[in-house]
Amino acid sequence: MSQKVILFLSALIVWSLFNWVPDPAHLLVGIFAAGMVALLLGDLVVERPHLLAHPRRYFYFFFQYIPVFLWEVLKANIDVARRVIHPNLPIHPGIVKVKTSLRSDIAITLLANSITLTPGTMSVDVDKDQAILYIHWIDVRSRDIGEASRIIVERFEKILRTIFEEGTGNEER
Amino acid sequence: MMHTLGLGFIAVGLAFDLFGCLGLIRLPDVYNRLQAATKCVTMGTCSILFGAFLVTGFVSAGIKALLCIVFLSLTTPVAAHAIARGAHRSGIALWSGSVVDHYADDRQEEVESSKTSS
Amino acid sequence: MKSANWLAGSILLIAFLAGVMLYPLPILFFQELPHVPFLGRALFILLLSAGMCLYRITRGPTPADRIVAVDILGILIVGFCAILTVSTGRSWYMDIGIAWALQSFIGTLALAKHLEGKRLEE
Repeated sequence: MSQKVILFLSALIVWSLFNWVPDPAHLLVGIFAAGMVALLLGDLVVERPHLLAHPRRYFYFFFQYIPVFLWEVLKANIDVARRVIHPNLPIHPGIVKVKTSLRSDIAITLLANSITLTPGTMSVDVDKDQAILYIHWIDVRSRDIGEASRIIVERFEKILRTIFEEGTGNEER
Repeated sequence: MMHTLGLGFIAVGLAFDLFGCLGLIRLPDVYNRLQAATKCVTMGTCSILFGAFLVTGFVSAGIKALLCIVFLSLTTPVAAHAIARGAHRSGIALWSGSVVDHYADDRQEEVESSKTSS
Repeated sequence: MKSANWLAGSILLIAFLAGVMLYPLPILFFQELPHVPFLGRALFILLLSAGMCLYRITRGPTPADRIVAVDILGILIVGFCAILTVSTGRSWYMDIGIAWALQSFIGTLALAKHLEGKRLEE
């Protein structure tokens, strides 16, 4: 039940942002549409609603994950621009394996997205059973799985673990 | 003041869009092109949208620009991931100067083990 | 050979940019706003980027190259719509941008699935 309520509220917020400033007629249609969405999708979208009740996680998400992410995106763009306009194309591409210790779906999805937008790396495939990510690296500095994991994923993994996994009771799953 | 700042963001976004599309032409194979183009064009377009938000302010167009930033930065990596996976599974090889390919090795082992077990 | 190509390409690019920046553009519907000249030229730079994508669509050696270029073209059009919103002051251009982003994402996913499934059927 709480999952449907959360989905209804978030759909209503997105709807009222889409036709800003909300007036009563639009809001009525929005309540109807968001109710339809919540009834049809139900429990599919929000999996662990008890995580949303911790203000600590919002704090980490907005003040630790977002600034690190934006800084890495800026570095990635300058790096790619430098490689593209260099006359000799300084690239040594390859696909390496890295290991991650995250388990929940949304954490792995966000980790793969962050990897794709950070310097020189792009996730190609995810093996969820063994927690292995295959990553295309534009400048391979290490072929060893541990060393590559340390360079690529460790930065985001620490932050995402505090946001999505700590204290939820499924670390040892 | 906000106009000038917004136009500055739009100029930065244009420069990165141009670099991304240049990478689409210059780099040698699908994966490198995907990497350069996805990163630079996503960040460039998000920067253009943020500049549009700064110029227009909190009206309906500005709010829609902010929503569009969130939407683009969530969906573009997913699309890039899907294309890279599909390209590798349909057998498009890496550039000849590539250093290492663990994914092809693991896929080979998978196919062989499924053959022997069946 | 490689450095000669690089030199020719960079000279062409800088010549295009200088031409766009220096030539007076007769675009009528931008003239009410103070920052008109810059935004009118910004559209031309985005058109150059879209032209590069079209080159990759026509010349791409594999289907995956073409799919990448179509995806990037969709994102560029969202930026185009944002600049049109700023320069004309009409907010429905942003609606077109959002709708285009959604459609382009779904289309790219469908094309990527097709690329992946072609091999599995054999």
